[in-house]
Amino acid sequence: MNKLSTKLALGVVASLTLSTLASAETIRWARAGDSLTMDPHAQNEGPTHALAHQIYDSLLQRDMSGAIIPSLATEWAALSDNPNVWRFKLRQGVTYHDGATFDSEDVVFSINRAMADGSDMKELLSSVKDVRAVDSHTVDIETNGANPLLVNNLTNMFMMDKGWAEANDVLTPHDVAKGETNFATMNTNGTGAFALVSRSIDEKTVLTANPNYWGKDLYPSEVTEIIYTPIQSSATRVAALLSGEVDIIQDVPVQDLGRVSSTSGLKVGTAAQNRVIFFGVDNVDGPTADLRVRQAMNIAINRDAIKQVVMREQSDPTGVIMPPFVNGWTPALNEYPAYDLDKAKGLMAEAGYADGFDITLNCPNDRYINDESICQAAVGMMGQIGINVTLDAKPKAQHFPFIKGGDSDFYMLGWGVPTFDSHYIFNFLVHSRTGDRGSWNPTGYSDSAVDQMIVSLESETDLATRDATIAKIWDAIQAQQMYLPIHNQVLNWGMKDGINFAVQPEDQPHFQFLTFN
Amino acid sequence: MLLIILRRLGQSFFVLFLVALISFMMFRYVGNPVDNLLGQEATVEQREALIEALGLNDPLFIQYFDFVTRVLQFDFGNSYRGALPVADMILERLPATLELALVSAFFAMFFGVVMGVFTAINRRGITGNFILSSSLIGVSLPTFLIGVLLIWVFSVELKWLPSFGRGEVVELGGWTTGFLTVSGLKSLILPGITLGLYQMTLIMRLTRAEMLEVLRQDYIKFARARGLSERAVYFGHALRNTLIPVITVAGLQLGSIVAFAIITETVFQWPGVGLMFINAVFFVDIPVMSAYLLLVGTLFVMINLIVDLLYLAIDPRIRDGQLKRQER
Repeated sequence: MNKLSTKLALGVVASLTLSTLASAETIRWARAGDSLTMDPHAQNEGPTHALAHQIYDSLLQRDMSGAIIPSLATEWAALSDNPNVWRFKLRQGVTYHDGATFDSEDVVFSINRAMADGSDMKELLSSVKDVRAVDSHTVDIETNGANPLLVNNLTNMFMMDKGWAEANDVLTPHDVAKGETNFATMNTNGTGAFALVSRSIDEKTVLTANPNYWGKDLYPSEVTEIIYTPIQSSATRVAALLSGEVDIIQDVPVQDLGRVSSTSGLKVGTAAQNRVIFFGVDNVDGPTADLRVRQAMNIAINRDAIKQVVMREQSDPTGVIMPPFVNGWTPALNEYPAYDLDKAKGLMAEAGYADGFDITLNCPNDRYINDESICQAAVGMMGQIGINVTLDAKPKAQHFPFIKGGDSDFYMLGWGVPTFDSHYIFNFLVHSRTGDRGSWNPTGYSDSAVDQMIVSLESETDLATRDATIAKIWDAIQAQQMYLPIHNQVLNWGMKDGINFAVQPEDQPHFQFLTFN
Repeated sequence: MLLIILRRLGQSFFVLFLVALISFMMFRYVGNPVDNLLGQEATVEQREALIEALGLNDPLFIQYFDFVTRVLQFDFGNSYRGALPVADMILERLPATLELALVSAFFAMFFGVVMGVFTAINRRGITGNFILSSSLIGVSLPTFLIGVLLIWVFSVELKWLPSFGRGEVVELGGWTTGFLTVSGLKSLILPGITLGLYQMTLIMRLTRAEMLEVLRQDYIKFARARGLSERAVYFGHALRNTLIPVITVAGLQLGSIVAFAIITETVFQWPGVGLMFINAVFFVDIPVMSAYLLLVGTLFVMINLIVDLLYLAIDPRIRDGQLKRQER
């Protein structure tokens, strides 16, 4: 603790001097939650990665539009004679914040570290068999069978210096589940655009621009200092932006968007988020086991009304449980059915439920944007076709274990797709519940043909064949009406007018891309 | 005498064990930390392995017994959320909460007594009645609303005071203080008012009632008959006798100021133990929640113990057990 305190005091002094020197280039950034740890492999979580991205680099990363761009690797391709091996050419002349040189040894070390016990990133690397340094700036990653999606899993896989890790005894990530911490929990040494100056958990983290950043001339790199403050209460967060105490906030509540954008000197940036919200229904038991009932429920949801009234226009209604960034998405799949009460009632009558039935809707109340209000709206909409819905809204810590237990007949869930590929959706939400697949599919839906197709995606290297299989699986899901899609969430960042910054679909600001007017 | 003290101490420990037990029973209904810990990609086997490793499958009394055994060795475990030792987290955040509580207590005490005396003296005046009726707002408005209102007026509209955080703090041998910097002092004002407003109205109403009571006493009439100035009567004689019960109540309220700080700290992003507790509840961070509840429990038990012992020292009838005999 003492070490932290001295660092803190130094940080305060440093930030004071810095802010007087270069106040115009300081960005004061606030969002709802803090990073959980500075160890880049210990937590696979949004706000943790967002902060780590400022300090550490991955081999390749997603830019502000969500496209994959080179980072510490400049080129990558599967070997022509062996599709099981991906070869990465590393960037020359990259140094860590402490001056050490980045080379292939560090990549081998970091990937192995991310696969070690206690790492929260190891599921993303489950297909990796071996990592080898070919020369000082070339690395081969060998997978068990071909893995066309390997690079998509590396965008949050940060590179650490082997020498620094050895010197500070942080050869493996601290296992959060076992209550461990290590030197890397509070200390960093990355190659990123910013270096850590001071950190006080849940209070303030100060970063300063890395003078030797390799991307200095590639990217605008106008920000010289970042002061990051988590502000939990949304009213306070908005007030801090309105009063000019912070320059940019994430997680602007929808009811305050008008207030922010109408304030002179402030603006709201908007982008579709990589997260789809939908209802799951029991596919094998009870009234919802009947396809016609699920279809009736699907067309009884008035998605436009939810967008207009509940979401204040801040949503993107959809007919498929897949955000538009994902490989496999088509405008045809995205099209949602017209709201049609007569047809829905007809389907209910055909299924023998003209008088409706009783069902409980399980809903989280602290996870997605206006989650409980969407469920309340759905209760009314289902009531119009005779389905008597009891709403059971709970905090996420109770909601998710309950629906994973498989006891819910009707529930709300949201899904983000970090790999930007349909397989991620299929693997967790569609595959039968067996072993380590289908962990988020409590609907009872199980189709061995579909399961086989899902597994085949993992090693299919011919992209055309692979895309055809993806389309087939989507057709099967849509015909089954396995889920009732609602909408894709929209991200809103509030910021000062003087800042040019695109809203990133993964909700991750990369400040080297920010420019000032 | 010693026996009574020992008995009181024993009772205090018993209360603390009860606090721990009740909080443990509550945790069953807060939810399951496993999904927060593992993330959405975890497999069923990983989930079960973690539940087993955390001992969440054990019967409640075994979990409770383990917890009590560890606490008796001053081991509060590590947070599920950040894996940091809970004892360190609390020690690091306690200064923020205690400074805020101190400022609120002073604010409540000073303005409470001043306005209480004023309304007692000017019982029929317009200002006095206005203060009295507007004080109802302080009692009836919820804390978070007062906080948001203050932020809106003083931070957003007037831009005088910061809306969140502690400002710059100075490190003094393990204790961080906001008292030594301008931004630190400015940051204390809004949360201090928010947290102290309820206590202030309470103290004001208590002071007023006590003062009116005292002003009816014979010795006040006698003082007036002696021709003493109003000033001497009110502040020399009446106020002194009013303050004894007021100080007792204010001291007892200190515990609830620390406990109520949860809401104020959340609204103002005040980095104290209350904010830490709220985060722990959202994450189902059982080690942090149990340590915090035990801390607040200890605080209340200690204050009550001190009050009890003071009464013992003051009132010989309790000490000698005479009250009991008289009752018989």
